[in-house]
Amino acid sequence: MKTRGIAFRLSFFILSVVALIFVSVFSYNYYFSRRILIKNAEQIARHFTLETVNRLETVLSSVVKVPLGLSSFLEYAQYYSETLNSICRSTMANNPEISGITIAFKPFGYAQEKLYHTFYYSKKDGEIELLEEGSRVSHYFTLDWYQISKELNRAVWSEPYYDAGGGNMLMATYSVPFYGTQSGASEFMGVVAADVSLTWLQDIVSAVKILETGYAFLITNTGTIVTHFDRDVIMNETIFSVAEAFGDTHLREVGKMMIRGESGFEYFKGPYAGKDWWISFAPLKSSGWSLCTVFPDDELMADVIRLNRTVLFIGISGLFGLFVIIVLIARSITRPLSALSKVTETIATGELDAQLPAIKTRDEVGRLSESIEHMKTSLKQYIVDLTRECAMRERIESELQIARQIQMGILKKTFPAFPDRSAFDIFAMIEPAREVGGDLYDFFFVDDHNLCMVIGDVAGKGIPAALMMAVTRTLIKARASTVLSPDEVLSIVNNELAEDNDSAMFVTLFMGVLDTHTGEMTYCNAGHNYPFLVSPNGEVTEIETRNGMPLGLVEDFPYETGKIMLPPGNIFYLYTDGVNEAMNAHDEQFSEDRIQSDLARLKNNSIRQITDGVMDSVKAFSQGMPQSDDITMLILKYYGNMEKTH
Amino acid sequence: MRSLKIGTVLILVLISLGLTDARGKSLKKASFMTHWLPHAQFAGFYVAYEKGLYKKHGIDLTIIPGSPNRSSYEYLRDGKADFVTLWLSSGIKMRAEGLKVVNISQIVQRSGFMLIAKKTSGINTILDIRNKKVGLWAAPFDLRPMALFLKYDIKVKVVPQSASLNLFLRGGVHMASAMYYNEYHTLLNSGLDSHELTPFFFRDYGLDFPEDGIYTLEDRLTSDPDLCRAFVNASQEGWLYAFANPDDAVDIVMKLLRDAHIPANRVHQKWMLEQMRDLTLRDTGSGPLWKLSKEGFIRTCGEMKRIGFVERVPDYNELYKDLSR
Repeated sequence: MKTRGIAFRLSFFILSVVALIFVSVFSYNYYFSRRILIKNAEQIARHFTLETVNRLETVLSSVVKVPLGLSSFLEYAQYYSETLNSICRSTMANNPEISGITIAFKPFGYAQEKLYHTFYYSKKDGEIELLEEGSRVSHYFTLDWYQISKELNRAVWSEPYYDAGGGNMLMATYSVPFYGTQSGASEFMGVVAADVSLTWLQDIVSAVKILETGYAFLITNTGTIVTHFDRDVIMNETIFSVAEAFGDTHLREVGKMMIRGESGFEYFKGPYAGKDWWISFAPLKSSGWSLCTVFPDDELMADVIRLNRTVLFIGISGLFGLFVIIVLIARSITRPLSALSKVTETIATGELDAQLPAIKTRDEVGRLSESIEHMKTSLKQYIVDLTRECAMRERIESELQIARQIQMGILKKTFPAFPDRSAFDIFAMIEPAREVGGDLYDFFFVDDHNLCMVIGDVAGKGIPAALMMAVTRTLIKARASTVLSPDEVLSIVNNELAEDNDSAMFVTLFMGVLDTHTGEMTYCNAGHNYPFLVSPNGEVTEIETRNGMPLGLVEDFPYETGKIMLPPGNIFYLYTDGVNEAMNAHDEQFSEDRIQSDLARLKNNSIRQITDGVMDSVKAFSQGMPQSDDITMLILKYYGNMEKTH
Repeated sequence: MRSLKIGTVLILVLISLGLTDARGKSLKKASFMTHWLPHAQFAGFYVAYEKGLYKKHGIDLTIIPGSPNRSSYEYLRDGKADFVTLWLSSGIKMRAEGLKVVNISQIVQRSGFMLIAKKTSGINTILDIRNKKVGLWAAPFDLRPMALFLKYDIKVKVVPQSASLNLFLRGGVHMASAMYYNEYHTLLNSGLDSHELTPFFFRDYGLDFPEDGIYTLEDRLTSDPDLCRAFVNASQEGWLYAFANPDDAVDIVMKLLRDAHIPANRVHQKWMLEQMRDLTLRDTGSGPLWKLSKEGFIRTCGEMKRIGFVERVPDYNELYKDLSR
C-alpha cells in the first residue's frame, strides 16, 4: 500500500467506503421494503381470503337453511305429510345449488315393519322427482351423511364426494338430525339431508387470481383438497399427502392449523414449482373447511426486485462514475506533482535551467511549483555568488601562499647561523598557526661582537599580522645599533608603529643585545613573555624583566633596559605565547611550568634538539587539537671561552 | 421345388399353430375379483395383468375390481368370478357354511389389522377401551375385535363402520377399525400425527391371522388344476415384480384408480405397497412365502369357534391346497 500512488489510495479508500455505505443502504432498503411489502401483502391476502370465505359462507348458510327448516318442520309435524312434500318441492325449485333432499328415518322409525324408509327428492330434466324407499339409500345407516349426523347429534357437512351419476360434479351433503318425542322424551328419528352441488364453490374459488400465478384452493376438515387448478389433485390429495410427498413438515404443521380452524399467513421455501410461496388461510366456520390463497414470493417482490435492480444499477454506475472522477482528480494532482518531482530530480543533478511544468492552478500544487521556481532562482544566484567567492578566496589563498613564502624568506633559516663564531650557538624555529604568522624572530650582529636577537608576537594573525611583523622587524633592524640601547630602539619603533595605528595593532617584543665577548646582555621587554635561563646543572630560571607596554599602543612609552650576565654553558630561551598557551582538549594550557620542566629535562641536548623536544612535548600535550597560535622559539647557548659541546 | 414348398407350408402351419397356442386360441378365459378397491393392496395382481404375466401363463384374465358394494365372496359363490381374494377367516366361514372353497395361495402372512384410538379420547391401554364407542366393520371383520374384547372382558358400544373414517375423524366414535397399510395412513394424511394415536395391532394380542389369500371353488381346482396353478404362479410373479419395482407398481395402480374415479394419491399407495411387502415377505410370523401356515390356520379356526362365528371348522388340508411346483 505504501508504494501505491495517491490516485490508487484515494480511489481505493473512497470507493471502499462509498461501496460500504451503498451496500448498507441497499440492504436496509431491500430488507425494509420487503418487510413493508410482506406486511401489506399479509393484510391484503388475509382480507382477500376472508372476503372469499364470506362469499362462500353466504351461499352455504342459505343452503343449510333448507334441511334445518325441514328438520324443524318434521319435529313440529311429527310425520311426513303432503305439506312437507310441497315444501320440499318448492325449496328444491328455489335453490338451484340443492340437487337432492333426503328424509331418512331411523330403523323402523317410519313404520313398525320397515327397517329402511326414505323420501328422496331429486332433479331430473328440470322436474323434481320423489323416490320413496329408493334403492339408492338402502344401506344408509352406515353412510356418513346419516351416521355422522346421528352419532354427533348435530347438523354436519359431509366430506365432499363425486355425484353418484359417475360424473365429475363435486357434491357435499348437509345433514340435520330430527327428533321426535317418544313418551315425553326427545328421541332421534332420522336425518334430513340436502345434497349440494359444489360447482359454484369451485367456480368462486378458481376465479381467484392473485398477482400473476397466485391462486386459491379449498381443503376440508380432513385436509382433502376440494378445489384446485390442478384437477388431478382434487379429492385425491390431502394437504398432508402433499406434505409427505414433498417431505415438507412445515406444510404439515400449517395443514394442521388449517383443519383446526385457525387462520394465518405463512411462508414456504420451495420445493413447489421451485418457488417460494406465501399462503394465507382462513376457515369456513360453518363447514370447518379452510380456504387457502397462495402466491409466489417472487411475484410479490417483483416491484422490489425491479426497484432494487434500478438502485443497484444506479449505485454501480455511480461508483464507476465516482471512480473515474477520483482518478481524474488524483491525476490532476499527481501529474504535475510527478512532473515537478522529475524536474526537481533534474535540478538536484545541477541542471538549474530545467524548465518547470506549466501549472496554472492556484492551489497547493501551484504554490509548490512557485516555491520550486523560487528555489531554483535562489540556488542559481547562490551558486553565482559562491563561484565568485570561491574564485576570490582562491586568489587570496594563492596570495597568502606567496606572502608566507615571503615571510618565511624574511626569517633566517640557515643554521648554524654563525659557523665561524665559537662563543655561542643560536637556533630559532617558527610554526605558524595559519599560513601567514604574526610571530617574528631575528638575530644579527650590530657590530663585530654584539649580537642582537629579537622575538615578537603581533596581536592577531594572518596578513595584517604578517605585515605588522615585517614592518616591526624592518624597523628594529634599521634602528638596532651599538649607539642606541635596546630601550631607545624600542621607543623609536614604538612611536613609529603607534603613529597612524588606526587598527590599534600591537606587538609584544623582546629585544636583547649580547656582548659575545663578555656574556653580558642588555635587553628590553615590550610586554613579551619572560625568557628562561637554563644553567648547565639544569636550573631553569625565569628572568623577570621589567615589563613595558607592547609596541604600537602608547606613543612615547618610557621603555627601560635591563642587564643580565650569561655565564658560559648557560642557555637563554625565548618563546612566544603559542608555546605556553597551547591548549589541550580539556581546555588546559601547556603553561610555563611544563616549559621549565622540559628545558630542565633537555638541558644537555643541542639547542635544536631542545626546541624540537619542547615542540614534541607541546604536540603531545595538545593531542591533535588544532594549533591556535603561532609557536616560535629562539634559543641561544653561550659558551664564552669554553669549548663548544655541540 | 415342390417338396420345398410343401416343407415351407408345413413349417408355417406349425408355427401358426404354436402362435395361436401362445396368443389366444388356447388362452383360457378366467375371471378374478379382489375383495376391496383396486388399491396397492392388490398391486401384484394388477402388475401381473398389466405386464402380461397371466397371458404368459396362458390365461385370458378379466379382473373385476372390488368395491364396498359387492363382495368377492358372493361373486365366487355365484360363479361370477373364478378366483377371488379373501381373508382366511372368510374362507373358513364359507367352507364351514358348506361352500366348497379352497385356498390355493396365501399372500398376507402377518396381520395388518388394528384398532386405533385418538389419545385425546383417553385411550392408552387395552382396558381404556371399556364402554367406548368402537367403529367395527361388518362380518367377518368384526371377528377379531370381538375376540379381543372377549379376551379382555371388555364391553364396548359397537357402531357399524362404513368405508370412510369420517365418523372417527369427526369424533363420532372413539375407536375405528383400520388396516395398517390403508386406514392408518389415511389418518396420518388427514392431519393426525402418529403420536396422537394409540394403535392396537391384533397380532400383538395373540390374534395374528393370515389375511389376504387366493381362493377358488374346489370344483374348479379339480376340473382345471393347471389353470389354477397358472393363475397362482402368474400372480406370485406379479407380486415379486411389484415389490422389486414399487414405483412401477404404484403407477399401474394409480392409473386404475384414476380411471375408476376413486380418490387416491401416490404417497398413500406407495405406503400401502411397502406395508404389503412387509406383511407378505416377512415370514417371522405364520408361515413361509405364499403358503398358508398350519399354525395360523389353527389359530384362526380356534378363535372363530370360540367366538361362535362357526360351529365347526374345516380341516387344514380340506381348505388349503398347496399348488406350488
